[in-house]
Amino acid sequence: MKKDIILAGVGGQGILSIASVIGVAAVNLGLHLKQAEVHGMSQRGGDVQSHLRLSDKEIASDLIPYGKADMIISVEPMEVLRYLPMISPEGWIITSIKPFINISNYPPLEKIMSEIEAFENHVALDADKIAKESGSLRAANDIDYGNFEEAIKFVFGSKGDDIVNINLKAMKAGRDFAETHSHAKLK
Amino acid sequence: MQKLVLLGDEAIAQAAIDAGITGIYAYPGTPSTEITEYIQRSGEAKEKGIRSSWSANEKTAMEAALGMSYAGKRTMVCMKHVGLNVAADPFVNSAITGANGGIIVVAADDPSMHSSQNEQDSRFYGKFAMIPVLEPVNQQEAYDMVHYGFDISEKYRIPVMLRITTRLAHSRAGVQRKDSRKQNELKLPKNLTQFVLLPSIARKQYKDLIRNQENFNNESETSGFNEYFEGQDKSRGIITSGIAYNYLMENYSDRICPNPLLKICQYPLPEKLLKKISEECDELLLIEEGAPFIEESLKGVLGNCLKVKGRLDGTVPRDGELNPNIVARALGFEDTRGRDVPAIVAARPPSLCAGCPHIDSYLGLNSVLEEFTPGRVFADIGCYTLGALPPYNSVNSCVDMGASITMAKGASDAGLKPAVAVIGDSTFTHSGITGLLDAVNDKTPITVFILDNATTGMTGGQKSAANGRIEHICIGLGVEKEHLHVINPMRKYHGENIKIIQEELNYDGVSVIIPRRECIQTIGKNKKEDKLKKGE
Repeated sequence: MKKDIILAGVGGQGILSIASVIGVAAVNLGLHLKQAEVHGMSQRGGDVQSHLRLSDKEIASDLIPYGKADMIISVEPMEVLRYLPMISPEGWIITSIKPFINISNYPPLEKIMSEIEAFENHVALDADKIAKESGSLRAANDIDYGNFEEAIKFVFGSKGDDIVNINLKAMKAGRDFAETHSHAKLK
Repeated sequence: MQKLVLLGDEAIAQAAIDAGITGIYAYPGTPSTEITEYIQRSGEAKEKGIRSSWSANEKTAMEAALGMSYAGKRTMVCMKHVGLNVAADPFVNSAITGANGGIIVVAADDPSMHSSQNEQDSRFYGKFAMIPVLEPVNQQEAYDMVHYGFDISEKYRIPVMLRITTRLAHSRAGVQRKDSRKQNELKLPKNLTQFVLLPSIARKQYKDLIRNQENFNNESETSGFNEYFEGQDKSRGIITSGIAYNYLMENYSDRICPNPLLKICQYPLPEKLLKKISEECDELLLIEEGAPFIEESLKGVLGNCLKVKGRLDGTVPRDGELNPNIVARALGFEDTRGRDVPAIVAARPPSLCAGCPHIDSYLGLNSVLEEFTPGRVFADIGCYTLGALPPYNSVNSCVDMGASITMAKGASDAGLKPAVAVIGDSTFTHSGITGLLDAVNDKTPITVFILDNATTGMTGGQKSAANGRIEHICIGLGVEKEHLHVINPMRKYHGENIKIIQEELNYDGVSVIIPRRECIQTIGKNKKEDKLKKGE
């Protein structure tokens, strides 16, 4: 088993927290993990990405090679496109469709969506809407993943029970959504 | 013990706690900041009484660490690569004083300049100071090397450098801990003149340092961190430094390199191992994360019959961080790439946050400077450097910590009037105070903006050294009270603020304006923490 995942978004959207949750869950399952992330200047409203590598064998590089990523998970629709050079021919792109507009030349959303839809293996979902229905917009990121209860408790534990519970709730909503929309044929 | 998932920085911090340090000293700087932050957060470190608050700059950090070593305790001092320039004086001299308690200097380099002004390679500093340098290949090795580093530091009574790069600092992996060691007892050096670098003593100790080189060489040959892997295909030998080894291995699905391979993670360079690989192979390929440090020493000036490929001949790009694809191309393998980025994707450069006080400071400054020709604002290192970008286009320099005030002074001395300096509160206490003193002593006509957001913002909101005391420091240095103003950088005060700025730009001497409003990021963070405390 090997999964190479690019996590994408804009500084402040919580990419690093997502990476931590998946990372901790993976190591608890006994998998090998490498997860490279961006700190410092780029975090101020710039594009941010994390390379997340999971495997049952030892992992060599902290960075995923170009053209080898199994998946790009993005919390922002334009950002998923930025990392297409990383994706493998069989790879999947999974993205939230809610744009984060902090630049004046942000392209029209229809154009972004048509680029995403041109990619055969794609899942585009309104994570904000699902999160709102589960009780927290801030927890929209968790929607994209299921099955990470322990990891969520570990990563967010220091922020108090409220934050943990909101994230757990969001995660459950995400799982329900995935189950009722399984036509996406995600393995 | 279960593995911990740690950033490279955090692995170093956990190792320092486990190896029995009594204190850590640092000034925040990407990518080194998380080492000290981890220790500040650690309950274990608190229990053990490990001191960990921020220093005013890297030089004061290095000197305090040297004092702790003098007193016999183990200590770590951390900085980004350019921070080592600031600490260079005590760093280089610490090789001559030697250590008493173990001391590790962590230098975190930033190839590709993700968050830096240059990509200098700290291995040169290690060689310059003639001390052992350790360069871990991964998070686990970073952890292990801290333990080993303290061993050799105390064995040979020498400071040891741990050189890491951004990718290792900010990448997570599982790390297995070792048993904890006790802290050292307070114990002064046997020879109480060991740290007195009077020429007569320094000359003698320098000879000791030179004699010690043989021991350091021997450690490099035998410690096991420098590894030689035999290979069948001797048409080419490969030498990697630090994490470059990982990128090489990524290119072999079975993780076996068919060529003889020398993985270098410890310096001084292991001469015997280098001789072996150069005698065995027809040519050598050097893959180094950073400058062509090993490559240059192998090639020399005159060159020799050995063919050496690497960054110097363009087989590997001369600058920038490595990745698996760059290494693939250097090996002559087929490169891989996904799809092209669609043309509609717009760049999203870093920018000042919505509501950031610096925005109002720059808008005020811009409107006053409109009547002058452009090019008069000397800035410094921090979030406010982003004022150089549109839509502000407010600043014309960013060189090193503190250079705003001194460059404005020099330009003013040359006849540029008005000349303006822009510096943050934390950068001011790091390296701005002495420059302001120069300007006051000369009564140089400059206007200094000290943007006081009450934090070290760019690196994530660390405590600022002179919080709430900036104006007292200025007055203590001799800035005239009537030319010192604290203003509130908010839109509603724009009118009165630009009046003050206008007046001070006309003043024929040093004036200081302190726009004071808390960083929008730390306000949010502090609110959350308060809420959490109340909830408990």
